[in-house]
Amino acid sequence: MTQSVIVQVGQCGNQVGCRFWDLALREHAHVNKKGQYDEALSSFFRNVDPRRSDGGSCCVGGRIQHLKARAVLIDMEEGVVNGILQGALREVFDSAQFLTDVSGSGNNWAVGNLTYGSAYKELIVDKLRKAAEHCDCLQCFFLIHSMGGGTGSGLGTRVLSLLEEEFPDVCRIVTAMYPSAEDDVITSPYNSVLAMRELTEHADCVLPVENQSLVNIVNKISLMSHGTKPGSVLRKDSAVTSGQGSLSPTEKPFDAMNNIVANLLLNITSSARFEGSLNMDLNEIAMNLVPFPRLHYLVPSLTPLYTLADVNIPTRRLDQMFSDAFSKDHQLIQADPKHSLYLACALMVRGNVQVSDLRRNIERQLRSFNIFLLLSFQAHLHHYLHVDGMDQSIFSESLSSLNALIDEYHHLDATKARLLPDAPRLSIAR
Amino acid sequence: MSVVTVQLGQCGNQVGQQLCDVMWSDAQHAEGKTYSSVSCERFFRRTSQGDFEARAVLIDMEPKVIKHSMNKAEKCGRWRYGETSHFSQKQGSGNNWANGYSVHGPRHRDALEELVRREVEHCDMLAGFLPVMSVAGGTGSGVGTFVTQCLRDAYPSSFVLNHLTWPYGTGEVIVQNYNSVLTLAHLYQLSDAILVHENDTVHRICSQLLKIKQISFNDINRVIAHQLGGVLQPTLTPDSCGTYSRHPVGELVSALACHPEYKLLSVCTIPQMSSSSMAFSTFSWPALLKHLRQMLISNTKMEEGIDWQVRPPPASAGRTGSLAAGSFNTSLANLLILRGKDVYSAETGAFEDSAIYTSWLPPEEAFSLWKSPVPFNKYEKSATLVSNSQALLRPLDDMVRKAWNMFASRAYIHQYDKFGISEEDFLDSFTSLEQVIASYSQL
Repeated sequence: MTQSVIVQVGQCGNQVGCRFWDLALREHAHVNKKGQYDEALSSFFRNVDPRRSDGGSCCVGGRIQHLKARAVLIDMEEGVVNGILQGALREVFDSAQFLTDVSGSGNNWAVGNLTYGSAYKELIVDKLRKAAEHCDCLQCFFLIHSMGGGTGSGLGTRVLSLLEEEFPDVCRIVTAMYPSAEDDVITSPYNSVLAMRELTEHADCVLPVENQSLVNIVNKISLMSHGTKPGSVLRKDSAVTSGQGSLSPTEKPFDAMNNIVANLLLNITSSARFEGSLNMDLNEIAMNLVPFPRLHYLVPSLTPLYTLADVNIPTRRLDQMFSDAFSKDHQLIQADPKHSLYLACALMVRGNVQVSDLRRNIERQLRSFNIFLLLSFQAHLHHYLHVDGMDQSIFSESLSSLNALIDEYHHLDATKARLLPDAPRLSIAR
Repeated sequence: MSVVTVQLGQCGNQVGQQLCDVMWSDAQHAEGKTYSSVSCERFFRRTSQGDFEARAVLIDMEPKVIKHSMNKAEKCGRWRYGETSHFSQKQGSGNNWANGYSVHGPRHRDALEELVRREVEHCDMLAGFLPVMSVAGGTGSGVGTFVTQCLRDAYPSSFVLNHLTWPYGTGEVIVQNYNSVLTLAHLYQLSDAILVHENDTVHRICSQLLKIKQISFNDINRVIAHQLGGVLQPTLTPDSCGTYSRHPVGELVSALACHPEYKLLSVCTIPQMSSSSMAFSTFSWPALLKHLRQMLISNTKMEEGIDWQVRPPPASAGRTGSLAAGSFNTSLANLLILRGKDVYSAETGAFEDSAIYTSWLPPEEAFSLWKSPVPFNKYEKSATLVSNSQALLRPLDDMVRKAWNMFASRAYIHQYDKFGISEEDFLDSFTSLEQVIASYSQL
């Protein structure tokens, strides 16, 4: 069994990360009734014996003593991190796993990436190494951060390139939160474009998540749960937005949205953690969904968004779930794959579903190809150019990188208009 | 006498476990004592404590499936795998043939060879190796190919019969066609013969013949195991002089794979039905054989929906490349295995008709018949046909066509290149397979 390390950077990254840890603990508690530290748990948690003076972790198979998350938490402000240290999850993290500063990045990618990136380089690498050393067989780094701010976006992408340098063989999967159109941070388009270049160069695959999509999903569930249609009562704590009886008594404003992303991460890693008849490992996801090295942006979608109180799921409902997976309303990013081109597609199914159900539904879906959306540009250049190491050329390079990426996707999308004949085969001389 | 099964990857280990189970059940419930002991000796060995252990090694790059298969065997309480007969790592091959073949295989070569060697040492006489694997993933296909190569190098005079499971056409893994092409091209040089089951075909058998509503991989694997069992359980062959043959693998290979260009074998079994229907059915050899022959020439794997219109072309007409649907399936060689009551009275002349064979091999050479008076796996009478024919031509062509289309845009090639499999290697594999396709088309 392999392990993964979560690296959460910035305010958004840490808030989402914490929702993830909360849900992960709940999921395992639900499944692991015997209190045994098993392979599944070890993929995201260490088991520490508090009596051992060296603080070393215990092997798989024994009883659960003290679970510690395999995580590194980074923020250049203290607010969120302090909240974690005082909150219900404080026992799950060691102080050594945190890296903080006080003044923040001022929503400036350059400050995060270059100023803090240089200042904290050694410390960051040190913490990553420690987390990696605790792993028997490290398969994957999950990086979580937003694109619109300064720390998550700037320092987060710096961490990404450090991960590539120090651990070139370990898969890097980034969950990146993109700002919505009404984002209140004026410089978020700049930060996003600058960060995207880094993601294109250094990530193995990226799961872009758009705030607007999360908002739409939250509203949809809200409407559902307040609906008066008979038979439409939601089962308690079943929505992807619910904290499932969260430890914190009051829900903070982004909690519902962050829960969706946390659920996504939980589901993607489930095949690596639990047994199944057709397992899909994380490196298999990267392998199958990335046909060309730079085109590694995946559109995630989740279904169901909630479970109705009536537990039995007849086949029709299951088929509906498959259709929903391909519908815009269930996507975590505002793209319209159905009208573009699908390059590759992966369906990950959890629960009581048989091969024949999968077969039937796959055959029902059409085949097409996928494209990625464009981000727009605005002023405020000078704030960036003040930063040591920042150059105007970085802007133009990032923009070129993004344009090139868009071109590559466009090029592939253009082929959908004409139905490509089979490529002429090799002919054998007789 | 003994066959060493090498279970590779998730599919290989799941199918392998079912196969051992079928062999065991059949041997235990068989009426003939000689049959039982021959079958047991072939696939199992007795430990000093009197337990039965399978003559099998389990190989996978991640531990979950092996653990599951070993536990399943242990739980049934009748036979199990040897405690040290397995090898696994912590991280899989990521559906990447190159990762399996060029990285994992060589890295663990010594351990894998040692594992096989220990199992071989337990055999008084080695009949051959049966590597069991899929072609779609990374370990079964990549590591499986590498291990087959090791077997070939270490045991040059032993027979190697690869069993392959081909994936659903609509896809289980996006790069499955690449993995399949690379596997088949390499195995063609290494294997003595390649026995193939296709998930699509077996799925249809499950739904239309066995009437299973929600088909799981367990059901698919059980059908595959049943068919393989029908091939590998003891029989009396023309060369075995009145006793059960001691060289099942060797005799199968010499019966069917007489030419190095033609190594792809398919399997057909009749009857196949749910256990509830069996109670109400009676079987006669003439009916079974008539259906089986038509299944062969019309290339259907089920006794339902057979196209009775398909007939051998008249002798005067030339043979044309037969990729078109509904056309006649020409055979190079056939092996018919009959098991059960009244086998000696079964009339098999229709299978020696020269019209169903290619012109350059006379029917006496092309057709072989094996028999066993012992009913197999609860069927009073059953027939298994192992065929070297054009049956796999179309699926193979589809596989190569899809892989070639993907290759045309060089999609995913970088994933293979980073582990040492270049465009050149792909082109070599495509060339080999086009050769195989051309050969079978012109049968």
